[in-house]
Amino acid sequence: MLEDKDRIFRNLYGFQDWRLEGARARGAWSGTKALIERGHDWVINEVKTSGLRGRGGAGFPTGLKWSFMPRNDPRPSYLVVNADESEPGSCKDREIIRHDPHLLIEGILLSAFAIRAHTAFIYIRGEFVREREHLQTAVDEANAAKLIGKNNVNGWDLDIIVHHGAGAYICGEETALLESIEGKKGMPRLKPPFPAACGIYGAPTTVNNVESIASVPDILRRGGTWFASLGVLDSAGTKLFQISGHVECPCVVEEEMGITLRELLDTHAGGVRGGWDNLLAIIPGGSSMPLIRAEQCQDLTLDFDALAKLKSGLGTGCVIVMDKTTDPIKAITRIAYFYKHESCGQCTPCREGTGWMYRVLERMQRGEAEKREIDLLFDVTKQVESHTICALGDAAAWPVQGLIRNFRDVIEERIDQYQAALKEAAE
Amino acid sequence: MSKQIIIDGTLIEVADGTTILQACEQTGIEIPRFCYHERLSIAGNCRMCLVEVVGIGKPIASCAMGVGDLPPNRDGSPREVSTKSPLVKHAREGVMEFLLINHPLDCPICDQGGECDLQDQAMAFGFGGSRFVENKRAVEEKYIGPLIKTFMNRCIHCTRCVRFMTEIAGVEELGAIGRGEDMEITTYLEHGILTEMSANVNDLCPVGALTHRPWSYMARPWEFEKTESFDVMDAVGSAIRVDARGREVMRILPRNNDDVNEEWISDKTRHVSDGLRTQRLDRPYVREDGKLRPASWAEALAAAAAKLKEAKPERIGAIVGDLAGAEEMFALRELMTRIDVKNIDCRQDGAKLAPSLGRASYLFNTTIAGIEQADALLLIGTNPRLEAAVFNARILKRWRTGGLKVGVIGEQAPLTYPYDYLGAGAKTLGEVAEGPHAFAKVLKDAERSMVIIGAGAYARADGAALLGLSARIALGAMEGKDASWNGFNVLHTAASRVAGLDLGFVPVGKGALNAQDQVAAAVKGKLDVLYLLGADEVDLANKGSDSTFVIYQGTHGDAGAHRADVILPAAAYTEKSATYVNTEGRVQFTKRAVFAPGEAKEDWAIVRALSAHLDHTLPFDTLTTLRSAMYAVAPHLARLDAVAPADRKGIESVAKLKGSTIDEPFVSPVRDFYLTNPIARASAVMAEMSALKKSMNAGSRLSAAE
Repeated sequence: MLEDKDRIFRNLYGFQDWRLEGARARGAWSGTKALIERGHDWVINEVKTSGLRGRGGAGFPTGLKWSFMPRNDPRPSYLVVNADESEPGSCKDREIIRHDPHLLIEGILLSAFAIRAHTAFIYIRGEFVREREHLQTAVDEANAAKLIGKNNVNGWDLDIIVHHGAGAYICGEETALLESIEGKKGMPRLKPPFPAACGIYGAPTTVNNVESIASVPDILRRGGTWFASLGVLDSAGTKLFQISGHVECPCVVEEEMGITLRELLDTHAGGVRGGWDNLLAIIPGGSSMPLIRAEQCQDLTLDFDALAKLKSGLGTGCVIVMDKTTDPIKAITRIAYFYKHESCGQCTPCREGTGWMYRVLERMQRGEAEKREIDLLFDVTKQVESHTICALGDAAAWPVQGLIRNFRDVIEERIDQYQAALKEAAE
Repeated sequence: MSKQIIIDGTLIEVADGTTILQACEQTGIEIPRFCYHERLSIAGNCRMCLVEVVGIGKPIASCAMGVGDLPPNRDGSPREVSTKSPLVKHAREGVMEFLLINHPLDCPICDQGGECDLQDQAMAFGFGGSRFVENKRAVEEKYIGPLIKTFMNRCIHCTRCVRFMTEIAGVEELGAIGRGEDMEITTYLEHGILTEMSANVNDLCPVGALTHRPWSYMARPWEFEKTESFDVMDAVGSAIRVDARGREVMRILPRNNDDVNEEWISDKTRHVSDGLRTQRLDRPYVREDGKLRPASWAEALAAAAAKLKEAKPERIGAIVGDLAGAEEMFALRELMTRIDVKNIDCRQDGAKLAPSLGRASYLFNTTIAGIEQADALLLIGTNPRLEAAVFNARILKRWRTGGLKVGVIGEQAPLTYPYDYLGAGAKTLGEVAEGPHAFAKVLKDAERSMVIIGAGAYARADGAALLGLSARIALGAMEGKDASWNGFNVLHTAASRVAGLDLGFVPVGKGALNAQDQVAAAVKGKLDVLYLLGADEVDLANKGSDSTFVIYQGTHGDAGAHRADVILPAAAYTEKSATYVNTEGRVQFTKRAVFAPGEAKEDWAIVRALSAHLDHTLPFDTLTTLRSAMYAVAPHLARLDAVAPADRKGIESVAKLKGSTIDEPFVSPVRDFYLTNPIARASAVMAEMSALKKSMNAGSRLSAAE
């Protein structure tokens, strides 16, 4: 269990003041100038040493991402913070913005300094109204205190612009987010070119998740080795885990990477509803990740590698718990509906495939299908996966694949029941 | 810098910036595609062009991936692309299936049938069956203009139409609303699109979602006799294909010609085809007791010849209209020379252009494709969007690549690209020519600057002086720069004009009357016979001209025929082989797609027949002998599809033209884009478009010829 001294998010639950004064009392904005004085490369190297992997879901090493930014480019560089947290199950960035926005703002200053950006955008989800107010207040406070802005006390000019979305899930995809900030329809761009080469307004851009950025000040203050000493190999540091679903006490909690699922649920969430043995399955990492059956959860640790081995992923570190009262087909159908609804419609496999998958599942949850359609459905998910412009296609396909891989027996049983009932009715 | 890549086992070297799809085409491998189009930006959204790059686990959209963007192999060897692997085949089948699940199976009643990309590619790359048992999506039809019929159920969301409207036509009117499978292509609040190029989206649409409303359900593509020809609606000379069934021209489509129209044509070029069927003069007429009566060819020719013989040569005039081919102009000129008539003119609009100044003085010297190298452009008295829509799209294309400064003297019209508005008339032109104006410096500083003078300036009474000013601006801007660059350009509005000037169809010698003078003389009763070769824009409404005997040779019952005393019915541009020279000086000739209606004959043959009645039989009995005689006079007319750079001395002589100017704003001669010539005025579709444009503010919505 993570010790209090190692926590990064010290006001996660909002028990203390979220404003500048409170944040300062918790250690934010202390010695920021000194960190900046140590130079761009030191910051990047420290973050590389820390082994911090992007907290937005893909887990790309943050320091490495920063080092892709071109140097000596005549164009300005931009930092864009992705606060469009819309993945069902994820609710960590929201807590940070609500209760500790200054961690984020200080992180933005340091990260922008690392990639030599003087302008940063925070793209915040449209539905986050109160969070937006907090964030804007915090930005204004920081500006007023000359912590950011032109000629600030920290010695690196930085403008922060809070931009709010209109509630489209796809705008959390980094290039769609850039399009959206530019005032266009949020549709993902073709890659290459990647944002580091040609991002917002055609200039080099780094897009990072809120949690990644908010971790940066503490990593720099305490040193990359401190962060790397926490967690497990290739999944360093602490992470906000979000536990929802059939647990006694759903919560967001900061824990070390590599914690076992059972420990996480039992210590922080009051355990699975009806006891550990009542567990049916979990979805780790947000709705786009394939679910994992209880049998595989016994000694499951929550880190990038362990979950990848089970053909799932850590994603944003949110755990959706389902107990045995859950109808897994219905649950995945609901997720499939979400992706059908949120597909941007730009490219063919996702636009057409998400609707097809949802419609088949919608029948399947009632058992109104043929058994051969299970394979058909699996084939459709394979045709959507990795044939699309962005990762939404994959995100839509994986939960369905996970369902078929893990609960084929349940689906077949459902179909048998339905057909048996039909037979009875016919007699 | 070139890059190497192996495609299906063949090693090729491609230029930097080449995409995998282009590299495959260079190797001769066909890659299926829907959204990709050579002349539009890359969308990469149909996912049909997926290929496998060895070493990358997932298929790659070849249209969007540059060969140079592929990370090199570790040992530096060229990347290998496979277009035939099982992975690729499977991926394409998947995409095809996805495209078809929500596509209605209404091919039997779809106008696109037979020329449908989706049909063709489903045959070639699909798996021949459907596994989709759910309900198909239904989308309401959209109203997006009278020329575009929509069946939005069929839309596969390739967004070619959206990109065309934004990038080529220059109007951001079409877009997609909704998302996911609810995405729909539409205009804002379903406003009709009224750009001059709108119907091109029907060609671009790879399926039958956007089809031609005026031709809907009229014919099947395989029924047509297809004839490659050229357009005469404006002076651009767009390459077209005339599709005919039986004796009727059913439709006109663009052909590719990179030097002129790329692959676009204006709505007028395309939808004028119904005008070729209506209001046609299909037999000769002779006026008796104030009324026209049908007559035989012999009668009509005899009546015309009698009057021509009777009148003194100096009291005879001949004017050529906008659609005449070089052959008939040559024949008429020969005839007029033989009967000693000097009052001839091919400039019915009153243009002050003169062949005596040299060919460069009346050509679009930079050439249409040359615009793409220009970096400063001055438009004088012209609205290219109305006078030459396709050419305007070329300016937009150049503008979109950045670095083009455009200045306009004349009307402040929406041209689809931003420009500096310098002024309305001659005063501003003078300031630019003399140098104090800021834009003069822009032109001088530019590496390659262009000056385009339109009929709004050169066809005015002070046209010669304005031409002189424009030429001085152009020469000033060209001074000391690349000698191969010629920036003086005359934008013509009539297809016949350049050939007419090339053949010297202008008043012969001093004191001969030009078109305006001939009309003035007719009004004063000083002209006995006026020969109109398709000239319909000549105003003979004045009662004073009643004593003039008008011989009208032409195709349509338009202004000229109304006033005529003898009508000689002729063939339209789709019904004859005739040479046209476009505004650049490019020689092209049309081909006969159908026969002229009724007793109408080809124009040169009519002039030849008349010459026999005048006892001055012209020495050519066939088109071939006529052409060889014509080529002897104007050898460059034999060089088809070529633009010979004209001698720059012509511009220097234009620059010497001086005179006082009138302080009035320049006004483009094209007041109604849809009704500029007799064929267009006979077309119901054009009439409807014209009415719609006029009533656009009133918000009325008509559907053309449905």
